[in-house]
Amino acid sequence: MSNAATFDTRTDTAIPVESPLAYSYRHSGAPRAGSSSRLQLRERAMLGHLILRGGAIVLDEAVRDVLGISLPGQPQALVQDASGERSIQWLSPDEWLVIVPGGEEFPLETQLRERLGDAHFAISDVSGGQTLLELSGEAARELLMKTVVYDVHPSNFPVGKGVTTVFAKATTILRRPSEERWELVVRRSFADYCYRWLLDAAAEYDVNVQP
Amino acid sequence: MFYIYCPYCGEHREEEEFHPKGQAHIERPKEPEACSDEEWGDYLFFRDNPRGVHHEMWVHAVGCRKFFNVTRHTVSYEILETYKMGEQPSITADSQGPSREAAAVSQKEGVRA
Repeated sequence: MSNAATFDTRTDTAIPVESPLAYSYRHSGAPRAGSSSRLQLRERAMLGHLILRGGAIVLDEAVRDVLGISLPGQPQALVQDASGERSIQWLSPDEWLVIVPGGEEFPLETQLRERLGDAHFAISDVSGGQTLLELSGEAARELLMKTVVYDVHPSNFPVGKGVTTVFAKATTILRRPSEERWELVVRRSFADYCYRWLLDAAAEYDVNVQP
Repeated sequence: MFYIYCPYCGEHREEEEFHPKGQAHIERPKEPEACSDEEWGDYLFFRDNPRGVHHEMWVHAVGCRKFFNVTRHTVSYEILETYKMGEQPSITADSQGPSREAAAVSQKEGVRA
């Protein structure tokens, strides 16, 4: 066990918490559309986000033991467990993003630290700093084509890929966990901006927001 | 608009994701205390400004956030190759010779590249 000081950043359940988009829902609203909607936007707030840094081989062994998923070694790769609830994404040759259901991140961090021992690594809990937006529907790719500089054509962006790129001038992680779903991991401080940009860009598709 | 190959991401990305960071392969003197003022000044302030093949350092700022090297032609702006930190370029001014674009420009302006 490394001697890094760690603590659970998740607050007591008695304290009310709000998603990073709570302000946006109040100010910009959350449009509801009927069956004509071609795009669904859903925020998956309060998930556990961890950044792992270190050597791929050492981290891979630990992550396999603790999480049961192997660390993606290929650039731009995204792997998920069978349920799709937990995922690991390649961010850089020595950096990975782990997303787990809310509340699991601190036990996971502790287990990984125990498993890794004195190895050379870093784990940062970034759950409070970013949020995940999920786009689905037939117009999702069309919307992304208007906003990201990266080529999102299926031939260049197959399922199981994730890239860090520019979304409407903001740094965003864009990932494709399944055929019909796209995920955006945005900074908490950019969440309102990205949300309003999405509402504006998706107005023509009759966007349906599920807060 | 450049379409730059990031050697760490293993694919081409938009220029918007990158930042140029100046001349590549600048080595910090092993013993700064033993440097003359001139040597230290050269290291700190003076950079090459060649007409032709130039080795530069770029960073994939939005992306993997790794530094890497780019060999770029300063006349045609053509990126000849990109390679990881610590590696040596396979294309240099000597290996390249004056390219067609450079020759055309120098002819037009009446100067030698």
